[in-house]
Amino acid sequence: MRLSTKSATLLVLALLIVATPFFFPSAYYYRVGALVFVNGIAVTGLVILTGYAGQISLGHAGFAGIGAYASALGPTHLSLPPSLSVLLGAALSALIAFLVGRPILRLKGYYLAVATLGFGILVSMVLANESGITGGPDGVQVAELGLRDLLASLGLKLKAPVFWYAFSGVVLLVGAWLALNLYDSPTGRALRALHGSEVAAKTVGVDVPRVTLQAFVISAVYASVAGSLLALQNRFVTPDIAGYMYSIELVTMAVFGGAGSVFGAIFGAGILTLLPQALTFLAEYEQLMLGLIMVLVMIFMREGLVPSALRLIRGRGA
Amino acid sequence: MSLLSVSGLGIEFGGVRAVHDVSFSADPGEIVSVIGPNGAGKTTLFNMISGVYLPGSGSITLAGEDVTGMSPHRLAERGLSRTFQNLQIFQQMTVLENVIAGHHLHERGSVFADMLHLPSSRRRSKAAEVGAMALLERLGLARAALQEAGSLSYGTLKRLEIARALALKPKVLLLDEPAAGCNAVETEEIDRLIAEVAAEGVAVLLVEHDMKLVMRISSHIVVLDHGEKIAEGDPAAVSRDPRVVEAYLGAHAKEAAHADG
Repeated sequence: MRLSTKSATLLVLALLIVATPFFFPSAYYYRVGALVFVNGIAVTGLVILTGYAGQISLGHAGFAGIGAYASALGPTHLSLPPSLSVLLGAALSALIAFLVGRPILRLKGYYLAVATLGFGILVSMVLANESGITGGPDGVQVAELGLRDLLASLGLKLKAPVFWYAFSGVVLLVGAWLALNLYDSPTGRALRALHGSEVAAKTVGVDVPRVTLQAFVISAVYASVAGSLLALQNRFVTPDIAGYMYSIELVTMAVFGGAGSVFGAIFGAGILTLLPQALTFLAEYEQLMLGLIMVLVMIFMREGLVPSALRLIRGRGA
Repeated sequence: MSLLSVSGLGIEFGGVRAVHDVSFSADPGEIVSVIGPNGAGKTTLFNMISGVYLPGSGSITLAGEDVTGMSPHRLAERGLSRTFQNLQIFQQMTVLENVIAGHHLHERGSVFADMLHLPSSRRRSKAAEVGAMALLERLGLARAALQEAGSLSYGTLKRLEIARALALKPKVLLLDEPAAGCNAVETEEIDRLIAEVAAEGVAVLLVEHDMKLVMRISSHIVVLDHGEKIAEGDPAAVSRDPRVVEAYLGAHAKEAAHADG
């Protein structure tokens, strides 16, 4: 029996999430793993926007910032439980993406890149400057999610890093499942069609502004949820989360691993989250090596690490 | 009243009249060919009719409704479909997916249902896939269904574009040089296909350089030169028209003579 790409991706992801902890030398690695998953969630959103629909955004950290600050400020300012604050952040990100996306998605290529970059910078500046609400550049404390206590009261006691590893892993799996469902659905085909040829997509009846806006809003919600999870597990957040460096890191992860493939992009998030940690033995040459690896992958594996590797394997097999 | 009628259509690019005051109409089941030398404005005319360009003057009526300047996806909703002279294939998708995407208007639905893989979404996808497979069979592309479209030959992609355009179940079908780059056997297949589609009641608009094909299947021919309509009529009348012979057919005859010499 042949597995579909969807089942294979989900199976491999689930196996990696469950099996990797057996190789962890210390509990610290649960934190690293959770960070990989959180980045993976944000990057899966970019797969929908960039890999499926062919639109670029250099401002998605802005939505991560909105999600992060919603989970921080919801409990303190609105007396909401943290879990509802995450949903509020996602809804707010969706609304802002909808309002911002309508005018700027008419732009193409690098014009869109610059416009989204500007949006991200705007969000991080608001977070840094509205210190009365956000705590300013020094950041703000984040309440405990409460789910861990709930599990403990049900008899499942987990240490914080283990809980966040497992919880982020589950959210990542759900996010990947949704994105893979979309790929092979009418909406997903419309997005991929407009990526292939916008004029042809229009002539088969695709309402291009509508579906690109849908992709933008969905990817914003992914980034928002990732931002919320990051804030909740760190119990602290600063405006850096919305900074343009994080936006660019997310796009780099997606493109490095393969923006057209959910597994590829998550793999890219994993490599680029882990590589800096693995290269620390190179001390001052760490950044140099990281840059060199990225340049080489892009020259020799333009589709990204995973799709290029798969093509190579299938090519040999045939 | 005609299904599609074009009246006084014109457009300028930077002061140059690309198309000027062109009028004609097409009825269900008719094959109307637009011919003329390179640069006569045939593709520009198609781009206006299909909503890719906004006409500078004139009007387009589809089934009694004024559709001038309407966006391509709204025209698609009203049953107008087209292919492209320079291929516009969804390269990264499989052949089957290309034609399923052609069913977009029939398969589209809630994005939430699509993301959650709900039965309603699966049903829409499945119906589109069945329809797409039938079209691939009809165009002899079924064996290539699961190949990536980018890997196919030019002639095959031409047929794939026709399959995708037919997926829309169009009332009006615009074919921009469907036989360009095809060999004799492929041209004959396309010839037969166009006749079949017209026989089903579709109004076919055809831009084609293969004069044998045009003369054989057209019910009606519109001749353009320098953006203007210089003649119109049935194939026999048009091929006898002295202006047409001078502007177009004659030039071909000369080319042939040069080739012989």
